[in-house]
Amino acid sequence: MTVAPRRTALDATHRALGATMTDFAGWDMPLRYGSERDEHLAVRTRAGLFDLSHMGEITLTGPQAGAALDFALVGNLSALAVGRARYTMICNAEGGILDDLIVYRLGEQEFMVVANASNAQTVLDALTERAAGFDTEVRDDRDDYALIAVQGPASPGILKSVTDADLDGLKYYAGLPGTVAGVPALIARTGYTGEDGFELFVAPADAEKLWQALTEAGAAAGLVPCGLSCRDTLRLEAGMPLYGHELTTATTPFDAGLGRVVKFDKQGDFVGREALQAAAARAETAPPRKLVGLVAAGRRVPRAGYQVVAGGEVVGEVTSGAPSPTLGKPIAIAYVDAAHATPGTEGVAVDIRGSHEAYEVVALPFYKRER
Amino acid sequence: MSNPQHLRYSKEHEWLSATDENGVATVGITEFAANALGDVVFAQLPAVGDTVTAGETCGELESTKSVSDLYAPVTGEVIETNQDVVDDPALVNSAPFEGGWLFKVKITDEPADLLTADEYTDFAG
Repeated sequence: MTVAPRRTALDATHRALGATMTDFAGWDMPLRYGSERDEHLAVRTRAGLFDLSHMGEITLTGPQAGAALDFALVGNLSALAVGRARYTMICNAEGGILDDLIVYRLGEQEFMVVANASNAQTVLDALTERAAGFDTEVRDDRDDYALIAVQGPASPGILKSVTDADLDGLKYYAGLPGTVAGVPALIARTGYTGEDGFELFVAPADAEKLWQALTEAGAAAGLVPCGLSCRDTLRLEAGMPLYGHELTTATTPFDAGLGRVVKFDKQGDFVGREALQAAAARAETAPPRKLVGLVAAGRRVPRAGYQVVAGGEVVGEVTSGAPSPTLGKPIAIAYVDAAHATPGTEGVAVDIRGSHEAYEVVALPFYKRER
Repeated sequence: MSNPQHLRYSKEHEWLSATDENGVATVGITEFAANALGDVVFAQLPAVGDTVTAGETCGELESTKSVSDLYAPVTGEVIETNQDVVDDPALVNSAPFEGGWLFKVKITDEPADLLTADEYTDFAG
């Protein structure tokens, strides 16, 4: 059975802009509009506009919404202040990662969970099941939001010109309801690019109006529409994991070097606690493989699944790789045996279709913006 | 996009120029192929002196999202490669039919099924 890919509220706009579309997690999404390298560099130096409406929104309301999330997720969400957001994960009982999430606390008794498109149904099902014993309602809001992101150093100025919301008071990983270009929106200072930027959750019927307003407001600053291709290279340079690549059900947050998201000291039990405690101990004493950065000496590009080799042995596997527009050379994120994972380790190569290409082991991220 | 009338085309999206007086033709990839690849970041071309065989791989083109094999549209000896493309692979995107050519080949044999510009345009859609 084939299912036709879903289209976002901005589908006609993308086509009018001449976008190259791609099937991503069951959605027909813009891959790029022109040169993905130019789009990438626009976000690093000016601003880019993204349609991220494929992301899955799930809302929890009620007196025990926070307690339910504390049980269902690895983070301490009941401690989150209203108006703030947190990066967290949902794991299975074995500690394997089901998805990585951003949770926004919209009110004392209201949380919005944003899941990856590919996992949204899994997350909805797990939250529904895990919240069953709590006084909370889990609501599938996936069809109720379009998501538009404006990212890059020029994004605060662009957004300010179309909203009265207090953006200066809006910190990184915070969100507030407001009006943008006459459209009611949840304005969040979050992103997946390594730059300052905003994500705007709006009704699908308002998406077109908001997109056009931001396009006009950003024209003078050099804002361009950006597709998922550059979103991937932007997050890769910023060392941010992508579900299905660095994060899978076979990895725990500790394997991925993200053990800090697991809050053992929170109230009550949570799904995966026991397994995650064991994973934490393992990571402390004998980490099997570590997530590292690799930078190419040459020009051939490593891709997900390629083997990392040293001294004739396989010592790891590439999880993401791409030519880095900022560094001007190929980069990769890889799981590598601890013995070869120290930055500066000599003699590490990636097997690129039979040819062993030299790579330098570096600490993540590859790119960090100046603040 | 328009495919130049004076070129011939393979179903693997390479173009082939008319041969000169020495039986040498220039090979590149089409604009359709370049657009499908996205930004080309690395071109591995056959070496001068290599014999390439029609329909077989003779190099590869890396783009942001993928790597694609380069197929020889004809059989023959490679007599020149485009160093400009090796140095600046983006030429394949910006000028696929001109400055982004890939190599020159002295043809010894060519398949009967190369396409005309109109045929290729229909084929590539």
